[in-house]
Amino acid sequence: MTQAEIKLCSLLLQEHFGEIVEKIGVHLIRTGSQPLRVIAHDTGTSLDQVKKALCVLIQHNLVIYQVHKRGVVEYEAQCSRVLRMLRYPRYIYTAKTLYSDTGELIVEELLLNGKMAMSAVVKKVADRLTETMEDGKTMDYAEVSNTFVRLADTHFVQRCPLVPATENSDPGPPPPAPTLVISEKDMYLVPKLSLIGKGKRRRSSDEDATGEPKAKRPKHTTDNKEPIPDDGIYWQANLDRFHQHFRDQGIVSAVANRMDQVISKWVGQWLSGIFTYLQMWPLAYSQSQHSRVNSDFQFTFQTQTSSEIVRTMLRMSEITTSSSAPFTQPLSSNEIFRSLPVGYNISKQVLDQYLTLLADDPLEFVGKSGDSGGGMYVINLHKALGSLATATLESVIQERFGSRCARIFRLVLQKKHLEQKQVEDFAMIPAKEAKDMLYKMLSENFISLQEIPKTPDHAPSRTFYLYTVNILSAARMLLHRCYKSVANLIERRQFETKENKRLLEKSQRVEAIIASMQATGAEEAQLQEIEEMITAPERQQLETLKRNVNKLDACEIQVDETIFLLESYIESTVKRQ
Amino acid sequence: MAGNKGRGRAAYTFNIEAVGFSRGEKLPDVVLKPPPLFPDTDYKPVPLKTGEGEDYVLALKQELRETVKRMPYFVETPEEKQDIERYSKRYMKVYKEEWIPDWRRLPRELMARKKCKKAGPKSKKAKDTGKGTSLTNTADVLKKIEELEKRGDGEKSDEENEEKEGSKEKSKEGDEEEDDNAAEQEEYDEEEQEEENDYINSYFEDGDDFGADSDDNMDEATY
Repeated sequence: MTQAEIKLCSLLLQEHFGEIVEKIGVHLIRTGSQPLRVIAHDTGTSLDQVKKALCVLIQHNLVIYQVHKRGVVEYEAQCSRVLRMLRYPRYIYTAKTLYSDTGELIVEELLLNGKMAMSAVVKKVADRLTETMEDGKTMDYAEVSNTFVRLADTHFVQRCPLVPATENSDPGPPPPAPTLVISEKDMYLVPKLSLIGKGKRRRSSDEDATGEPKAKRPKHTTDNKEPIPDDGIYWQANLDRFHQHFRDQGIVSAVANRMDQVISKWVGQWLSGIFTYLQMWPLAYSQSQHSRVNSDFQFTFQTQTSSEIVRTMLRMSEITTSSSAPFTQPLSSNEIFRSLPVGYNISKQVLDQYLTLLADDPLEFVGKSGDSGGGMYVINLHKALGSLATATLESVIQERFGSRCARIFRLVLQKKHLEQKQVEDFAMIPAKEAKDMLYKMLSENFISLQEIPKTPDHAPSRTFYLYTVNILSAARMLLHRCYKSVANLIERRQFETKENKRLLEKSQRVEAIIASMQATGAEEAQLQEIEEMITAPERQQLETLKRNVNKLDACEIQVDETIFLLESYIESTVKRQ
Repeated sequence: MAGNKGRGRAAYTFNIEAVGFSRGEKLPDVVLKPPPLFPDTDYKPVPLKTGEGEDYVLALKQELRETVKRMPYFVETPEEKQDIERYSKRYMKVYKEEWIPDWRRLPRELMARKKCKKAGPKSKKAKDTGKGTSLTNTADVLKKIEELEKRGDGEKSDEENEEKEGSKEKSKEGDEEEDDNAAEQEEYDEEEQEEENDYINSYFEDGDDFGADSDDNMDEATY
């Protein structure tokens, strides 16, 4: 754990769970696994608070525990899991795009609560959805649980490790901590529940007054000493599956950018060539025909065929390939043809041409693994991640040091090892400037230097100095900087909000007053009067603050996208070595 | 090379022209300070991506930040007593639903102390009587135990309160004044007592804090 990561963890924990949990969490991250008493002693926190904090952290899967020999329970923080909290909005948004509002709320509830039983999730989500619906309409439990089942089928949610059934044969005192077991085959098995009912609307006007009857009603219907049907089976969001989805999206859009634009450009040129040729004979080829043919061709070729093919291949192997595998399972072109989305009418022949084209591409996103079944194709996930990470590095250099530095960087990347003189010559940049740029990148650790001495004394005059790009270490360095940037962004945001705390509170109060007055039906003039409690300069200040906070938040989200890319590249590379 | 040294020239073992300095050019000074905290950048950052998706994620993020504060998992630090009690503070408290962790999944030591003691023998007894108990059965037993524990806790705290009140009454006996002020005084006493306790605890529990303080003092003195 680097300092930057710990700092970021600390900020995230503090924002999500408050200062006490942050203190305990950071202590665990710094020191590794620790027993309860030691944590309490070292952090100088009362035992009760430590216990509470640990409960929260375990509930959110941020801390795991293990029983050691003498019955001592040690707690260990999952640092990388803590950093994932930064990505929660993106997970929720993905669930929305895939499974609409219901999916969004299910994933949101699971992330907010760490783990939940399915029945609880379904109830909560149905209630929440009902509240947003028009009067008189309600959300059916069955509908929500259908979406839940679909999420489980596509592995976006999974079961938490279970507490094994009671071990009565075991004599002696019960163990100090339960041992949780994962049963691989049940991971995505949804318990059979007969959840019948509808979301309940919480009435805003009579919150406290009807507290009694409300409490009574559910007792009659569900809680009547009836055990919860899926008691003890907890579900959590499967973040790895989300990551797999992000990765696939990244690969598809990369293919779209690379191949489809090239192809459509090429087709476009070819078409315009034909048209100019045809237009020489105006009688044979009228203008109307021209536009029709043109649009037909454009339609066939510009609908991003190759990215659609890659998308189909990735979708087919979503569940069969583990998220950390370097390749997808081989797929025959016949299979791919059958799985293309309905209404996507390209012939088998065209598909084969596209696949050959993709397999021939120097980026090697798609590889050919055999000839059986009309040609077997795989997607080289490792290579794809590598290309995406390299592209990220290149663009960082371009934006930080300018396009000429990027040229040198690409050159060194392409030629693997270059001497200084060669860099100057190949890049076609004046020697002095080229040196300057090269050294700048060297000092920022984007480029590394390899010494190869001719004699054992390492005398500089008799040594080759080769410049090279170590993508892995450069990616690590960049990742570290990203963590640091996010931590800085969060701190800045907290500072901005703190500076304007009084103003924010005031505006909140005014808004609350206006809302309550509107509810009671106040006059327009009164409302305006209250609105004027915030003066014009204050309003301006609030707007500036809002703009700044929005920008900082957006930055956090987008830096996290880079973090995701670099992390998955590093993970896949380290695994292969 | 030996000749070089003898004539007082810079003793480089390599040709400095190779790193971009012409013959006779002055080398840059040695830098002895860290780089600036906010250096000038040559290139301005590109604008952020914008779009419907981005806006939605942004809204989600901000909403999530607010929601998280209202969750029962957000453990607030016990506030230190302020000199002036603000009237508005009472209305700032956010309502949180209670969270009962599933103790079956957690190490036993994480349960509050009193609970553990009571839970021990009872759960054993339960196990002895019903050997072939199913999962749901034990779950029921556990729940019952939890309920009992809660009741037990409530009683305990009541007792504590009574004790406190008792002691206060003793102190009041000495200076019986106006009955109207009694309530106020009670509050006041309570605060004072707690503060005293706090102080003593921190003093005896941790020697380190004290040491650090004294260090600070010494620094100030030498200044």
